[in-house]
Amino acid sequence: MDLRDTPEEAAFRAELRAWLDANLPEDRRGYRGGEQRFGDAFYRDWSRALYDAGYAGLTWPKEYGGAGAPYSFQAIFLEESARAQAPSHVGVIGLGMAGPTIMAHGTEEQKQRHLSKILSAEEIWCQGFSEPDAGSDLAAVRTRMERKGDVFVVNGQKVWSSFAHIADFCILVGLSDPDAPRYKGLTYMIVDMHAPGVEVRPLRQITGEAEFNEIFFTDVEVPAANLLGEEGQGWMVAMTTLLHERGTLGFALSAQLEVHLGRLLEVARERVNGDALARDKVAREWIDLQALRYTNYRALTTYERTGIPGPEGSVAKLRWSEQNQRLTKLGRELLGDDGILDDGWWHHQQLRSRGNTIEAGTSEVLRNIIAERVLDLPRSR
Amino acid sequence: MDFAFTEEQQELKRLARGWLSERFPLDRDFDGGVDDQWGGLADLGWLGVSLPEDEGGVGLTFIEEAILFEELGYALYTGPYLETIGLALPWLGSDDRAAVAAGETRWSLEVNGLTPSLGSVDRVVADGSAFDARGETDASVDPSRPLGRLERGNGTPLPGSGDTARARTAMACEAVGVAQRVLELGIEHAKTREQFGKPIGVYQAVSHALANTYGDVELARSLAYWAAWCVAEGDESAQVAAAAAKAFATEAAVAACERSIQVHGGTGFTWEHPLHRFYKRALWLEGFGERPAQLRAEVADAVIGAAVTTG
Repeated sequence: MDLRDTPEEAAFRAELRAWLDANLPEDRRGYRGGEQRFGDAFYRDWSRALYDAGYAGLTWPKEYGGAGAPYSFQAIFLEESARAQAPSHVGVIGLGMAGPTIMAHGTEEQKQRHLSKILSAEEIWCQGFSEPDAGSDLAAVRTRMERKGDVFVVNGQKVWSSFAHIADFCILVGLSDPDAPRYKGLTYMIVDMHAPGVEVRPLRQITGEAEFNEIFFTDVEVPAANLLGEEGQGWMVAMTTLLHERGTLGFALSAQLEVHLGRLLEVARERVNGDALARDKVAREWIDLQALRYTNYRALTTYERTGIPGPEGSVAKLRWSEQNQRLTKLGRELLGDDGILDDGWWHHQQLRSRGNTIEAGTSEVLRNIIAERVLDLPRSR
Repeated sequence: MDFAFTEEQQELKRLARGWLSERFPLDRDFDGGVDDQWGGLADLGWLGVSLPEDEGGVGLTFIEEAILFEELGYALYTGPYLETIGLALPWLGSDDRAAVAAGETRWSLEVNGLTPSLGSVDRVVADGSAFDARGETDASVDPSRPLGRLERGNGTPLPGSGDTARARTAMACEAVGVAQRVLELGIEHAKTREQFGKPIGVYQAVSHALANTYGDVELARSLAYWAAWCVAEGDESAQVAAAAAKAFATEAAVAACERSIQVHGGTGFTWEHPLHRFYKRALWLEGFGERPAQLRAEVADAVIGAAVTTG
């Protein structure tokens, strides 16, 4: 056990910190997230700059544009990005979900075609999993994929899909064999979002902003060469995506929380310095964040030693989402009389946080996963 | 960055789990007299884990001691190990330390006017001096860890000094062990107890309570191990880490016990079932020394800055 950086890690951290100081404009610090990241060219330029400097896809193999670095470097990258309050790479779905799934199940041609363009932010990805009648119950998707010679004809509707309105590609799970037993009839494919028959309608969220979308597929022809895995293996491939979504997310999430906590501490110093009750609440959030951070470190070490995500990591997203909701609400509370005003930051973050316990696996589903896979309790359904 | 136990440390954890479960089983007579197995602890080297070899110690670190504190909590060990190793040891000089390692002396420490296990130790540290353990014992929330009021005779000044970070981390680790054990008891019950024709663990009202405890335990463990590493390394974060760990882990242990009692239903509310013994240990750990709100006030001072007092 040694919580210090190794010499290699320390060197990487120092070099990265210097790079961020030199390249991130002062007025671009304090990343707010939300809709603005889609319209503002800066965010794509920033992503490209990360790629050119070798900081995008740190853990990806060099042959696909990555740096082939250990996972600890990715953790350091996220920590330092949080410290500098730097914006994240816009290719969130590509980096966290589509890319890892292509690396695990894609053909060599698919890897060569897609991976480096994900990292360079030249191509943006979205995820087509949820449907109006298939949210937590992913195996209930009904988007039809009918094979006709060398193509699949896709018809159906997806929903709650972030980035779809600016995306070039979609990782899509649909039903290719309605007669097969549950899980067996699903297929996973890469769909060109610019193909005829694909229509995207932005959905406005409770924040008033539109970060996610509905996607309608009407007789969209997708080449069979775009399948990820075999026809009928969609469930298995989708599990890879979700494992990566939740597995690599921990550090990114606690890094984001670190930014929010930094703001909370500023507000606490300015507004409620002598208020014991407020100080207690702020201290609680600081402690909970350290707990999350060090749990991520434990999960990281387990992963680096065994190659398998440890059970510690399964709580990261669950607890992060609940903490972000508490913390952003507290931020508004500490503003006192001004808390009722829309300050453009806390108001947005607090409303946005309500999605955290729903997106990427609801808290209910995550508790089921912990109960059944970690605690080995009997299945509830 | 390497945040896991070494192979040797994992082996120590396994050994402790086995040794303690044989001698302190759950079906033991908790209300009868207790053999604290002090000679056995000395033979295993557990009384001198972090002491140098020339004092009869093993020459390891506080991390190994932290592992033992966790396992002692898991077993609900009864005996003045926390008092001797977790609280008093940093005050002692070389000869006294050697006597501890040899299993000859049990120590305790007076904190806020209360001395844990006063009736079952030989010597007590109070205000930097050593006293013979004499005095009245009050009832405590945890009957297995009574609290006494020291009657001071002639004191002998001690060369060491207090180490609150170490003491708090020891209690945090013990709390993690308690929480882990009651979580396991809850899981076992939820798997085997059937109602409405199914094991109650299929009902999400039950399974999600246990999933919440699992999250609490893992987060508490991360804080406790972080603090243990800081204490072992003399890291500058040791104070704030230990305050955070004790506040979080003891509250987590109390909540874990309460949920486990609820999951056990009527059985969990009986004197016969050992759950209440764990619950009382958790309450003791939460209440002894600085309580969570006081610890969070310290954390607030460290991270927000000292409070500005007005008027």
